[in-house]
This record gives sequence, structure tokens and C-alpha cells, in this order.
Amino acid sequence: MELLKKYPKTFQWLFLLIVFFALCFAIDVPETYKFIRGQAEFVKDPNQSSYVFLGKEVRYYAFDVFWRLPPLLGWLPIWINDSLFFLMNDWMPIEVWNEDTQEFKSRPIVLQISRNLTAFMTFLIELIREILLGGLETIVAFTSWDWIDKNPWAELPGLPWTIVAAGAALLSYKLSGKGLALFAGLTMVYISVFGQWKPSMQTLSFILVAAPLSFIFGLGLGIAAFKSKRVEKALYPILLVMQTMPQYAVLVPALVLFGVGDHAAVIITMVVAIPPMILLTLLGLRAVPPEVIEAGRMSGCNNFQLMFKVLIPTARRDILIGVNQVIMVCFSMAVISAFIGAKGLGFNLLLALNQLNIGLALEAGLCISLIAILLDKMSLAWANKQTDYFGNLNFYQRNKNLLFFGAIFVIGIVLAYIGTYLFKDTFNYLFEIPHNKGISTADFWNKGVDWIFDTFFIYIKAFNTWLIQDVLQPMRALYLRMPAIATIVLVVGAGYLIGGLRSALVVCALTLFIAFSPWWDRALVTAYMATFGVIVSCIIGFTVGTLCFQNKHSANFMLGVCDIFQTFPSFVYLIPVMMLFGITDTSVLIAVIVYATIPATRYTIEGLRSVPAGLHDAATMSGVNKFQRLTKIEFPLAFPHMMLGINQTIVFALFMVIIGAFIGTEDLGQYILKALSDKKGAGIGLTLGICVAFIALIFDNLIRAYVQKRKKHLGID
Amino acid sequence: MSKPVIKCENVYKIFGANAEKMLQDSNGNVDAKTFQENGCIVGVNNASFEVSKGEMLVVMGLSGSGKSTLLRCISRLTDATGGKIFIEGQDLLQLNNRDLIDLRRNKMGMVFQSFALLPHKTVVENIAFPLQIKGIKTEDSISKAMDMVKLVGLDGRENYFPRELSGGQQQRVGIARSLAVEPDIWFLDEPFSALDPLIRKEMQDEFLRLQDKLQKTIMFITHDFDEALKLADRIAIMKDGIIEQLDTPANIVLNPATEYVRKFTEEVPREKVLLIKDVMEVSKDNLGDLKVSKDEIIENVAEKILTQEKPVAVVDENNEVIGSINPTKIINTVFGGRKNNN
Repeated sequence: MELLKKYPKTFQWLFLLIVFFALCFAIDVPETYKFIRGQAEFVKDPNQSSYVFLGKEVRYYAFDVFWRLPPLLGWLPIWINDSLFFLMNDWMPIEVWNEDTQEFKSRPIVLQISRNLTAFMTFLIELIREILLGGLETIVAFTSWDWIDKNPWAELPGLPWTIVAAGAALLSYKLSGKGLALFAGLTMVYISVFGQWKPSMQTLSFILVAAPLSFIFGLGLGIAAFKSKRVEKALYPILLVMQTMPQYAVLVPALVLFGVGDHAAVIITMVVAIPPMILLTLLGLRAVPPEVIEAGRMSGCNNFQLMFKVLIPTARRDILIGVNQVIMVCFSMAVISAFIGAKGLGFNLLLALNQLNIGLALEAGLCISLIAILLDKMSLAWANKQTDYFGNLNFYQRNKNLLFFGAIFVIGIVLAYIGTYLFKDTFNYLFEIPHNKGISTADFWNKGVDWIFDTFFIYIKAFNTWLIQDVLQPMRALYLRMPAIATIVLVVGAGYLIGGLRSALVVCALTLFIAFSPWWDRALVTAYMATFGVIVSCIIGFTVGTLCFQNKHSANFMLGVCDIFQTFPSFVYLIPVMMLFGITDTSVLIAVIVYATIPATRYTIEGLRSVPAGLHDAATMSGVNKFQRLTKIEFPLAFPHMMLGINQTIVFALFMVIIGAFIGTEDLGQYILKALSDKKGAGIGLTLGICVAFIALIFDNLIRAYVQKRKKHLGID
Repeated sequence: MSKPVIKCENVYKIFGANAEKMLQDSNGNVDAKTFQENGCIVGVNNASFEVSKGEMLVVMGLSGSGKSTLLRCISRLTDATGGKIFIEGQDLLQLNNRDLIDLRRNKMGMVFQSFALLPHKTVVENIAFPLQIKGIKTEDSISKAMDMVKLVGLDGRENYFPRELSGGQQQRVGIARSLAVEPDIWFLDEPFSALDPLIRKEMQDEFLRLQDKLQKTIMFITHDFDEALKLADRIAIMKDGIIEQLDTPANIVLNPATEYVRKFTEEVPREKVLLIKDVMEVSKDNLGDLKVSKDEIIENVAEKILTQEKPVAVVDENNEVIGSINPTKIINTVFGGRKNNN
């Protein structure tokens, strides 16, 4: 009794675990239960129940409700899908004038809007592509083919790669300095020399369209949310789900609404890139000191002046960090959008991976990584650059950069012109190096991979077998063995113990959504893979982070490494693991671990750093040694922040697990991938995405509740 | 006496969801405790006062006493819950948004505790900001701002950014900005509280110099009683949203209205605050040869007076005798009646 009073929380947790295990043991696996591997297998199976809701028939295996809940939400994906189709094909037809056939045609309004929107996007993308790569579509759009025939001068070529490369270097120099300028120049030269120019510029044009549009909409919505509590409340849940939804999953509805290609990808990229922009705008505007706002008001600003002359310039840095986020999200979407037919580097990467041509994939991947780092560094440099002001500048000083660019432009064109004589019989390397006509190292890498396989095959295989047979399979079996009711009790109980009734209710709702969806088993497999990844990542991340923290230089170095790795689109991580481990669960898990270790390490270092210096001194004066200081002072105080790291780790791990479906896993991601090639996949893809987001949000809710409590307890905020 | 520039009548500011209804129900008798039990916090409780042209009213109170809230009601950065505020006869609370902006653009200037400069603008651009907001052309506003830069003694630093200036310099920019539109009414919200003591003293002197020159109508907020005594024409001492006493510095020191005010005045070195006229007697009998001006601070003439045996004549600016002061009176004032039991 004494003990119980002393440690009430411990006993509550103990009780929860006992109930959980009791439920697990009490409820047997039904004899008819099996893990459904594929849809086809499911459809043919005669032992099914079914029900009809809202006119949709849902078929499922009926089990004891304690074992698996019936898919009461099974109608939802079908319903979403049918509604989408109805919207696109039947709802509110309007008369549209058709240029080609010279007659009115009846078209549903949503379809018409979507077509106009995509046409506009296509136009924008084409415009930029033609500047970078040359082409006529845009000019033709304003005139006609006949006009081009009459005015052959209009057939302008694209910019020579030398100009783009030097321009990038110049911009980098202006934003940051020599270092970045050198990096930008070298990256561009590398891209060009290795024959990745065209796909790179395609990807770049994609970003140049998607990022500014996302920025404008994100800023607008952020301002709206800042001004009105109601807007904020309405946006908040959407933002939460969008932040945790795998980017993969949103591609599916985009297919139905906007079709296949760059335009659809741009629109859906905006959907993904706007939420972080909104959040950072809101954050930045909130951080403006109230006295600055009052100073603006007292200066006689009206609302408009207050927003654009006081608030936004003061919040400049946060807003530009938002721009950085937007650019990075756009870039990673540009890669993933290859799945819905966006051209560019991602498409080449996907193609190479599909052919298992690791060398080519590696080259594309390297390009992607380099561009990612470059874009990240440039936009961050922009955010951190403080406005500088010099009074009386003369014309040259004021327009220095413009003049330089002009010079570069002329020199580039002259070079390209000389190139036409130099390279008469081959390609004009000074103008544009065609795809796959540059230097290629693919063969080298392929041979390297072959060599690794030949040499280490036995060891890799042995490791692989051990991991799968002795660790992964049992773990997976354990997860699948959990009766649904036990899982729900565990999760909701944890919610109650950590965050009280409110938390319990939220977590319960999220869990029930997944449990009532037809994919509970898949969600369990996703959870098992993510759990494994998160546990290993956290162990590695905490250890590495703590070790690096011991020395200031190593800590900075590690944070730099984390920065760089974080910029890579998740897809890129699949290349090296496929190289080493082939197409197995091990590959996916290793990619998950590598990817998810980044936030774990980063937050550990940051958390340890945030311990106030005064406490450090106080501890030192109390005569602690280094180890004592770590365990008694630093860890307890850094723990809340490290928990937030775990939160990020979970999100990262889930993203990677889902993308891992590309290699072939049996989780929710597999179904998302399947939905991509399914004409009626929109509803399924969306619901699956929401399921994944909800898994992340369950943990997010628990961890945040815990961290808040703990921070209050420690008196840090 | 001229018409008051600022006039407050029973101003209330109460924070909370149903503040207005509660205020109406209370018939003006606001009790902070009962309000708090109902989820309302009383910021300003029944404030009535006037500030006349060229006068400096210092509002003194500890943090949470409602002094900043009062100032924000008068500048209408927040709307008062009840009562009336008149600025040069105009009912402030009845102004629509456009007129309010007009009023701020032309009549009001405000200085903030944390300086509240715009980080992306240089010193001169910060100062020119209110002018540009008004729609004045860039060159004109900049040249006007340059005058202000000179006025606050920042010439040579006009192209610096706020981040490159020290606290005192930043506040000089804040002061210059608030003066750029040549306002009649000047609000200062703890302008020197964030500064080091030495800089604070320097800025106070600078501020007095400016006020001497400009003669604005001023509301000055501070939590520093010494600062209030040094600057004020009149002081309002606030506690829990209520103005405990509003009077001249001398009267506050000599006749504290409440126990709370008395506590503040206890430690005040009176010889530094009081003037001869505050303690002189009207009788003109038996005067000695020494004459002192009625506007001298006691400290400055105490030594001279104390060496006299007869009462000293007090004269006004025309050198006419208007009263007398006894050396014992000086001793009583400085040392007497301070701490009764000590």
C-alpha cells in the first residue's frame, strides 16, 4: 500500500500492461485468420461476410470483434472514389466553347476547372522550360504555327548551360559568399558534364513554378489564420494531417483530379508545400513583439500598412525559413511525382531503379542530392542574410549584379556560338550536353556493386537471413498476434495516463479510424516496421548525439551532416540500400534507420545544448564529474526536447516505410502503390494516407502531451 | 486655465469575456476580487483626470498596476471598457477607424519600453516611417527625419541598423520616431526602464532638455519613483488599476494620501525633491539678510540657510519677498517625520 501511494503512476502503467497482456492471452487467434497478401486472393475467397452501406458493398472476413473489428469504414474509400468520379464526370455540366470543333460542348464544371487549372500550370512550366531548354510551345500559344514559319527568328534556343551555371554561382555569391558560389558553380558543371542537364532543368522548372505559387498561397493563408482565430481553427487539423501524411499518398487523388504529368504534379506539390508555409508564416507573425505592432499602430498604419510594412518585414526570417521549407518540399515532391509521370531527375531515377541499374540510379541520385543541398543552402542564406543598406551608391554599385549577369549572358552566348564551330560533327558541348552523352560513371558503379555482391554475398546474405528470420519475422508475428481490442486498450490507456481524458479521447478516435478501416493488419505491419526503425534509430541517434555533444566541433559537424542528409528526398535513400541488400525488407529497414536517425541525432544534440549554462556551472561547482553531469543534469533537462526528436523520428520512419513499398513490403504503402496504378484508387489512396497520418498523430499526441507535462514540471518552456 | 488636452472620465478597462456586462451591473463600483472570481481581470478602475497643454503627467506604479493599460486606453491601442476619453475635446471612443488613424498620424507620438524599432529599416528610415505612412514623399520624409536624428544626437549613425546600436541609442531612435510627425501629445511607456542606470540618467536629462524645447503634452509611464519625481509636473500613483493619488511631487511627498503612497515616499530624499516654496512660511517678520529664490531645490541652499540664525527671506522671480523659511524648518523637513519608530 505504501509503495502504491509512493509511485502511483508506476502502478497505473503496470496495471495497464497487465490488462494488455491478459487480453492478448485471453483472446485466441481465430482458426480462419490469415494475413491477406493480395487483393486478388481476397476477392476469390468464399468465406466472407459483407454489408451494404450508402449503396456500397463492403466485403470482409468476419472475426470475433475482440480479435479484429469489422471494417465499418470500408465504404469510405469507395464512397470517396465514387464521389470524385461523380464530381468529375456528371456534376453540374456547363456549356463550353470548343476552339477546335467550333461548337459548344457540355462538360462538368469541376472537370472544366481542373482542365483550365492544369492548362495554366502546363503553360507556366513550359514557359520556364523553354527559357532553360528551348522550345516553341509558349510562343505558339500566343501566336500560331504559321506565324513561326513566317518569323523564323522566334525559334530561340534555350539558355546555354554556361549561363545558367554562372548565374547560379553569381546568385549564390550575392546571397552568401565565395564558398556557396563555388559549390553552386561546381554542382552545375557536374550536372552538365555528367549529362544530367535536361532532366535537372526539368526538375528545376517544376520547382520554379511550384515554389512561388506555394509561397503566395501559404503566405496568404498564414496571414488569414493570423488575423482570424476561426480560420486558424479550421486550418489546424488539415495542417496536422498534411504534415504527417506521406507525400506518396496525396499523389493518388491528384491522378483522378488532374491526370498524369507535370501539371498534376505541380498542383499536388502545392497542396503538400503550402501547409509548412502557413505554419511558419503564422509562427513568424506571432513572434513579432507586441510593442512593434503598437509602434506601427501609433505611427498611424492602417491594417494593410501594418501587415506589409511592419509585420511581414519584421517576421522576414521566419517567413523565409518557410520559403526554404517550401523549396525543399517542392523538390522532394518533384522527385516522387515521377510516379505520376512528372519529368525530370525523379523520372530517370525511377526508371533506373525499375531496371535495377544501380549505376544510373546513383548518378541521378547524386544529382538530386547536390541540387537539394544547393537549393537548401541558397534559400537558408537568403533567410539569414540581413538587409544591408548603403546610402549613396553610384550606378555601378547599385546594379553590379545585374551588370555581371549581363556580361555572363553575353559571354555564354559567344561561347555557345564558338561551340558551333568547335564541335561541328558532334554535339555542341558549350550549349547543352545531351542526356547520357556526358561522362557516365554508371558502368563503374554497376561493376562496383557486382564486386560487392561477389565478394560479400555470403556475409550480406547471412546477415539478411538472421535479421529476417530471428528478428523481423518474430516481431511481425507478435504485432499481428495482438487482438485489436488489446491494442486499443493499450493505446487509449497510455493516452489517459499521459495526457488525461482529452488525450485518451483523441487517441481513441484516431485508433478506431484505423481499426474500422479495412487495413488494420497492414497498419500493424507498418507499425512494426516503423517501431523497429525508430528503436534502432533512437539508440543510434542518442548515442551518436551524446558522444558528439562532448566536443563543440564534433557537435557542429554532426549538426551539419544532419542538415545535409535531411535535404535529400527520401527516395534517394533507397538507392544505396538496394545496392547492398537487394530487394528485401532489410533494405527498407536500413533506409528507414538511416533516414530516421537524422532527427534523433539532431534533437539529442540540440536538447543537450539547450541546458542553461548557469546549471552547467552550478553542477561543476558542486563537483560533479562529466558522467554525473550527463546523467544527473543534462539528460533529465534535455529529455523533453529529445522526446520531440522521437516524435520526428517516428514521422520520418513512417514516411520511409511507406516509400519502401517501392522495394516491396507488405504494409499500407504497398496498397498506396497499388492505388497509384488503379483507376479507382483515389479513395483508397487517400484513406490509406490518412491512416498513416493517424498512426503518426497518435504518437505525436502522446509525446506532445508528455513533453508539455514534463516541461511544466521542470519549469522550462 | 486652457482646455485640457487629455481628459479622462471614469475610465475602466476590464479584461475578460463578459467584462462589459459585469461593469454595467456593478454600477461603477468595481471590486477587483469579485471580478476575478468571475473570470475578469481589472486593468484600470475608475480613472478620472485631466492633462493640460504642455504639462507632463507621470503615471507611477509597480508592474501589474494598470499604468500601461491606462496609457493604451488613452492611445486607444486597446478600447476602454467604460468611461469617456477626450483628446482636445474630441471623444476618442467615438472616433471611427479612419479618424483614429488620422489622429495618430498627426497628433500622437509614442515611445516604447523595448524600443520597438523595425529591424529591417535603418535609423533614418525608422524615424521617417511614420511620415512615409502618412504619405509624405521619400526625400521630404528623409530630410525631416535627418533633422530628428540631429535633435536626438545621433548624427553620423543615420544609416546604422537598430541591431548595431546600443540600448540608449536605440531608444533615442524611438524618441526621434515618435517626434517625427511633430505630435502635440507624447506618450512614453517606461522609455528608460530597459536601460542601464547611468544611461538612464543621461537619457532623463536629455529628455528634460527636449521637453524644455518642445513643450509637449506628455503622459509618461514609469515604475521608478525617483524618475517620476525628477521629471513630473504631476504624478499619478496607481495600484491595482486605481489611481491612489494624483498630485504634484511635493504634495505627494509631504502629504501622501494613502498608506501605499506613504511607503513610496518614505525613502525619498526630500531635500532633493522639495523646493523652497513647498516648505516656506507666509510670515515675513524678523527676516535676516539672506535671500533665496522660491524655486530652488532645498538641497542646493540648505547649507546657506542652516548657517543663519534668523529666518531667511524667500523671493520670487521679481526679487520680491513672498515669505520666509526658518533653519529649523529645513532640519524638520529633511530629518523629521520619516520613520516614526526609528
